[in-house]
Amino acid sequence: MNVNEVPQDPRNIKQGDTLKKKMYAVGDDGKYTGVKSAGWEAENAALRQAWDDIDESLAETEAKMRAGQLSPIPYYMQKNLMDLALLARYMGKWQWQVKRHFSPEVFKKLSASVLEKYAQVFNITKEELTNKR
Amino acid sequence: MSEEKFIHCQHAHCESGVTANLLRHEGIDISEPMAFGIGAGLFFGHIPFLKINGTPGTTYRIWPGAIFKRVAQRLQIKIQAEKFRAPENAMHALDDVLATGKPVGMLGSVFYLPYLPEAFRFHFNAHNLVAYGKENAEYLISDPIMEEVTRIMPEDLVKSRFAKGAPEPKGYMYYVKSTSKDMDMAKAISQGIKQTCFFMLSPPLPWFGNKAIFLLADQIKSYPKKFPARKAALYVGNVIRMQEEIGTGGAGFRYLYAAFLQEAGQLLKRDDLAEFSTELTKIGDNWRNFAYYASRIVKARTTDLVSYEELSELLKICGQQERELFVKMKKMKW
Repeated sequence: MNVNEVPQDPRNIKQGDTLKKKMYAVGDDGKYTGVKSAGWEAENAALRQAWDDIDESLAETEAKMRAGQLSPIPYYMQKNLMDLALLARYMGKWQWQVKRHFSPEVFKKLSASVLEKYAQVFNITKEELTNKR
Repeated sequence: MSEEKFIHCQHAHCESGVTANLLRHEGIDISEPMAFGIGAGLFFGHIPFLKINGTPGTTYRIWPGAIFKRVAQRLQIKIQAEKFRAPENAMHALDDVLATGKPVGMLGSVFYLPYLPEAFRFHFNAHNLVAYGKENAEYLISDPIMEEVTRIMPEDLVKSRFAKGAPEPKGYMYYVKSTSKDMDMAKAISQGIKQTCFFMLSPPLPWFGNKAIFLLADQIKSYPKKFPARKAALYVGNVIRMQEEIGTGGAGFRYLYAAFLQEAGQLLKRDDLAEFSTELTKIGDNWRNFAYYASRIVKARTTDLVSYEELSELLKICGQQERELFVKMKKMKW
């Protein structure tokens, strides 16, 4: 890649993102040099795809939560870009234990300390977690 | 030396960038490509059954922590590197070293680094950054992928250093203890190149080195038959992200390594290294071509068999060309 081929395609995925990355490219003298890049269309497409997928899954989960099929746990799990395995690691629990808490009935019976732990992991207050509809 | 102000330089890749910045602080004039090459940072790996954030794991670089350690070892630099069980101990240890005026390298998760653009903040736990001081409650941070220095609150830093998942940084931190006067750059370069050739050509397992490129090519070909359109496209998208996202310098580190070969060629006055650099630059262009073609599949969200087959073929070209290059490099006389 030559210096004049370094892509400058802004990401426009999340607000306030102006980071220019450094890339290595070949100059007119044949020597490698560092050039700043605002982004590349191909990479942006892959990034946008990843975020669109997250947003779509989150919307599906939110709808199920509103319909009373799921507790707020899977909603906040996905909002924090976690999967079951990762959330279980953060909670220090087995995956099947966390999965049980996905059920609204089981969620209602959770102790204050478990709810507090979830709230910490999700970086929200316990009230935000229990009042989520 | 260590009392001097820390000078932040932006780099393409986090670990080789941190290594270069830390060593330059000690008065060793080393570029990022040089650190990457001596530390044998280039690699390829694809492990279909190891899912990271739900997609098969693909890497274009060696495992975290290896570059700094190898560079230090090859340049006779004494370092201290440690992991911690308790976050409090890890933060105390960091404060203690910072109090002596030494900048400290750390491993962390990008998800918990608020200064990074949100678009990049996934649960990626192998990011490297430097703390070079503390002011009021905040840590002064030099993150090599950022244009300027930044700051972070201790509660965010501790979350990042103790992120869970794969791999877990466990508060890993490292710093230079002392440097040596008798550094042998030529020897360090040859050791780095030999190791990269070994890691690319010799692993007997299909998931590592050059072989894994062909494994990924076969996998990609099978995606549209095995998965629904959305999942197949997500898997392809993840390969692009690993190749092009923050800290790869473009083309999955191939340009960064080509820059190293060029610099090494100049330093050692060897034309063969310069030729290998030119060759790898062209291979890097092919990797970018592959990513560009892959992004069209991502945008189209189709399971059109032909496009996946073509994509697979483009990847095989990269794999074949790289194989030939490393076979030649392995035969170099030192």
